[in-house]
Amino acid sequence: MAIQLKAEQVESIRSHGAREYPDECCGMLLGHADGAVKEVSEVVPLQNIRHDFTRAQELLPLDDPGRESEKNRFLIDPLEQLRVEKNARARGLDVLGYYHSHPDHPARPSNYDREHAWPWYSYIIFSVEQGEARELTSWVLSEDRSRFDPESVKL
Amino acid sequence: MPVKVVIPTPLRQYTGKKDSVEIEAKTVGEALARLTSQFGDLRKHLYNEEGKLRSFVNVYVNDEDIRFLQRDLTPLAETDIVSIVPSIAGGSMNRCICR
Repeated sequence: MAIQLKAEQVESIRSHGAREYPDECCGMLLGHADGAVKEVSEVVPLQNIRHDFTRAQELLPLDDPGRESEKNRFLIDPLEQLRVEKNARARGLDVLGYYHSHPDHPARPSNYDREHAWPWYSYIIFSVEQGEARELTSWVLSEDRSRFDPESVKL
Repeated sequence: MPVKVVIPTPLRQYTGKKDSVEIEAKTVGEALARLTSQFGDLRKHLYNEEGKLRSFVNVYVNDEDIRFLQRDLTPLAETDIVSIVPSIAGGSMNRCICR
């Protein structure tokens, strides 16, 4: 599979990451999957609800809150996700995947990313170094959940 | 009258590409049990080895999270829509690096 984005969509993802730095940003990718290509038609920035410690812990508790926070973890509010997804579906669009930033960290999936990933979705990860968005990569979880495979990003 | 269970995109490969399934059920637990017995491959993605819903699987009845209702025992009425919403989470800090 490959994921296809327009230059301005990539730019909006990067600027979201720069705006949220030093925190992690996240968002949704909507569009159509046609054979081997996922074509993104909309990029939807979402809130990282790790900012709301109590609510986030109710939804998906962190193992080590002393070391984990919105600076190195993100969580999307499932209710917001559900609403965006319903609205997209009504317009004939599918959720193709998600993006998130790695502040001052390489654009490579972490073990935590893998543990919380789903098959089929595209996971775009990009590094933001000292407030500046750098490398952008995309990944798909293998069927047996053991690893992420890189996916080509077409512009 | 059946309730409608909405299947998220990554799990449709286990439901014969259906984006929703109609199921006769009186509670959420019953709906999910019937769904996973009809589509066996779904089970490992929704439940852990102990048969409990995985922590990163959210279930909504209409716009309500079943965690804040009666979980598996949440009653269903015929116009209810049950949605399975995968938690989307991640982050840069690798657990193995910091321990």
